Amino acid sequence: MHMNRMKDRSVSLTDLTKNFLEIEPDLTAKEALDEANRCLYCYDAPCITACPTSINIPSFIKKIASGNLKGSAKVIMEANPVGASCARVCPTEELCEGACVLNNASQPIMIGNLQRHATNWAIHNNAQLFKAGMKNGKSVAIIGGGPAGLSSARELARLGFDVTIFEAKEKAGGLDTHGIVSFRLPQRVSMWEVEQVESLGVMIRTNVMVGRDIEPDEILNTYDAVVLAVGMANVPLVGMEGETVQGVYDAIEFVESTKTPPMDTHLIGKKVVVIGAGNTAIDAATCSVRLGAADVKMLYRRTEAEMTAYEFEYEFAKQEGVEFRWLTQPVGIIQNDEGEVTGVKCIRMELEAADESGRRRPMPVKGSEFTVEADAVIRAIGQTRYVRLIEAFGLTHKWGTVKVDSNTYQTSNKKVYAAGDVIFGDGQGDAMVVSAAEQGKQTAYSIYEQLVGSGMAQTS
Amino acid sequence: MADLRVNFAGIQAPNPFWLASAPPTNSGYQVQRAFEAGWGGAVWKTLGDPVINTSSRFAAMHFNGQRVAGFNNIELITDRPLEVNLKEIYETKKRFPNHAVIASLMVEPKQEKWHEIVKKVEAAGVDGLELNFGCPHGMAERGMGAASGQVPELVEKQTRWAKEAANTPVIVKLTPNITDITATAWAAVQGGADAISMINTINSLAGVDLDSWNTVPNVAGKGAHGGYCGPAVKPIALNMVAECARNPEINIPISGIGGISNWKDAAEFILMGAGSVQVCTAAMHHGFSIVEDMIDGLNNYLDDKQLASVEELIGRTVPRYSDWGNLDLNYKIVASINKDTCINCNKCHIACEDTAHQCIDMLTSPDGNKYLQVREEDCVGCNLCSIVCPVDGAIDMIEIPNGPPMTWNERQTAIEQPIA
Repeated sequence: MHMNRMKDRSVSLTDLTKNFLEIEPDLTAKEALDEANRCLYCYDAPCITACPTSINIPSFIKKIASGNLKGSAKVIMEANPVGASCARVCPTEELCEGACVLNNASQPIMIGNLQRHATNWAIHNNAQLFKAGMKNGKSVAIIGGGPAGLSSARELARLGFDVTIFEAKEKAGGLDTHGIVSFRLPQRVSMWEVEQVESLGVMIRTNVMVGRDIEPDEILNTYDAVVLAVGMANVPLVGMEGETVQGVYDAIEFVESTKTPPMDTHLIGKKVVVIGAGNTAIDAATCSVRLGAADVKMLYRRTEAEMTAYEFEYEFAKQEGVEFRWLTQPVGIIQNDEGEVTGVKCIRMELEAADESGRRRPMPVKGSEFTVEADAVIRAIGQTRYVRLIEAFGLTHKWGTVKVDSNTYQTSNKKVYAAGDVIFGDGQGDAMVVSAAEQGKQTAYSIYEQLVGSGMAQTS
Repeated sequence: MADLRVNFAGIQAPNPFWLASAPPTNSGYQVQRAFEAGWGGAVWKTLGDPVINTSSRFAAMHFNGQRVAGFNNIELITDRPLEVNLKEIYETKKRFPNHAVIASLMVEPKQEKWHEIVKKVEAAGVDGLELNFGCPHGMAERGMGAASGQVPELVEKQTRWAKEAANTPVIVKLTPNITDITATAWAAVQGGADAISMINTINSLAGVDLDSWNTVPNVAGKGAHGGYCGPAVKPIALNMVAECARNPEINIPISGIGGISNWKDAAEFILMGAGSVQVCTAAMHHGFSIVEDMIDGLNNYLDDKQLASVEELIGRTVPRYSDWGNLDLNYKIVASINKDTCINCNKCHIACEDTAHQCIDMLTSPDGNKYLQVREEDCVGCNLCSIVCPVDGAIDMIEIPNGPPMTWNERQTAIEQPIA
């Protein structure tokens, strides 16, 4: 995100959908050309190394400069099947743009925005960038149509597999479709990536929840391999009084509700409290602002130093007018006689000395209870895991993080591979969309190697 | 404040920055605006028998997002009646008596034609004449411009005809579309020229439209070669000026033309022997106001160099320009990479590895930092790495001691000497 490029940030209270339009404008053709020409075209470029999917960034930028936008989009999407979404959601300051050598000389290249420019071209021109490979007679089931699942499916289809994605929701795309705020990533971008995968002959069975609509055993018996890419589930309970009452929301569901019109108007002018300080918490807070809330506060039991949100997300939230209350632990929801939420009972915290993991545990300060007024409360303290499903497949896991072989992405069941958020945690994996995309690709290559032949997988 | 006034072959001007004979000097209105902006002189767009110009005339070469790296035109000489031009010259000179107004001329290679036009324009009060023997397109098909400028005998003869009638200094403008410009420059000297100017434009085709497959520019679907100028031609022009300047038989002033866009370009031409410079493309790209920084920048430069006047700068680099055979074969420089300034783009490495002498290694220090290092023993001092390096000061070319000087010519002489 480039704060200085953001459009008018005022919030409309009469047309909430306006508030959810992409906040950073596309580069104009001239901006893109100027920026592309500024790229040094480094050799052994650090931006490529910094990209989890190893997009050949100098190559795609050079192609923008030469006017070969189709070639540019293909370089991006080849390495990253969700490259149009990643152009918008990647923490580029921490990845490619953070690694750009120009950080040391002038300003880093706006790689994310150039990636968006090239993939926009492909979207607007309806470009079919890849084709399915010759059928190899093998079939793969992918459970979950998010970034990891789509990425795996795209590569498997190019390698000649028959691929079926089982998607519990009405639309595929996972987090990109449902979980990322629209003013960062409009749903149509994610849906284009879904269509790109479908156009390779991948069958996407939406509204099919494995474990409810089809049994894991049936899948294991029907397909030659299975990729588990179910991601993570809802936000856990905070463990405070009254948190299941109406007026208390799950941040994931809350953000999802803003992805498609009509927009909920009942937060207009209201006070919203968000519990947590990660990236999802920031999303919930900024969505609240854009739904017209008059006052949005984030409560976090630790301090600014420990918050897990990216620096640019934190900065964005502050600019949106979100207030932060550090060292604040919510302990209960306060309701009025009509059962409406009126506030959050909190207690002040202090940090203990660092333990051996280096993290400082927050401890309540006795007698420091106080109340924060609120009309709505959003829980955003992380995500739970699909433990029941993981266990139905009989996979080894730790607290819902599926164990995989770091080379092959095979789980404890050699026929089942896993990628994305379902393998993130306990020191394994990474929570970014771009990491999920890379893991998805790797499962495809690994399956090819196991089922079809050794050697490098060749795609067309 | 240095003195920027020049006396170029007897033509006085408040500074050496003149507009070249071209579209910017098409009319009195334009030339007067230019003088108001600060230009020291103007060579009026070539006078002759009026022509008809085409619609769609200019095109440019853009490079990596930079507009107008090179400029191409198929416009001919003035298409306005001679009387109108002469009247405007008279008015301009009257309003700006201290500025140099020079008439560019082009007529058929006939003695009476030259006599006639020289008399007419001198009557209008010009300070000098410039014979256009360079225009490479259109007029050349009619035996004028570059067609006569490519034949040394015609250059000499026509210069003489002009001189026979002229009372003001005669500058001969040379075409670069020849093998050796000193041949035509020498012919101009033989013809009695008071000065030479160079270069006129270079034969060119700006491009081809990849959608329509038409040439760029095209006139109703047909193209013809034009003349090329602008920043991209500067090194070609600079060499031609320098070759004439260092030639002892071409001992007349030179007005430098070709890709001059700012005071630095101008200073380079002056150092290579130019007594004035002429500008066109840069003015066409940005307007007349660019002369302000040309004057200001040159002034500051002369002050920095502690020179009292621009005349003191003229030709100072000429003695350092020679033949390849006089270069010291034992001189050795090697690249040295400054790790503190280097940003690790590795462009020097790949340039050297793929296209030069494979002597820049990509290394990793024990603490994990990547760095680049030159193997001096394999470096030939080609400069490529320092050319592709995007950061000033990251690569220095350092001189290392390598024995007494020995040029190719000295070496050959030594070999040929019989052993006593």
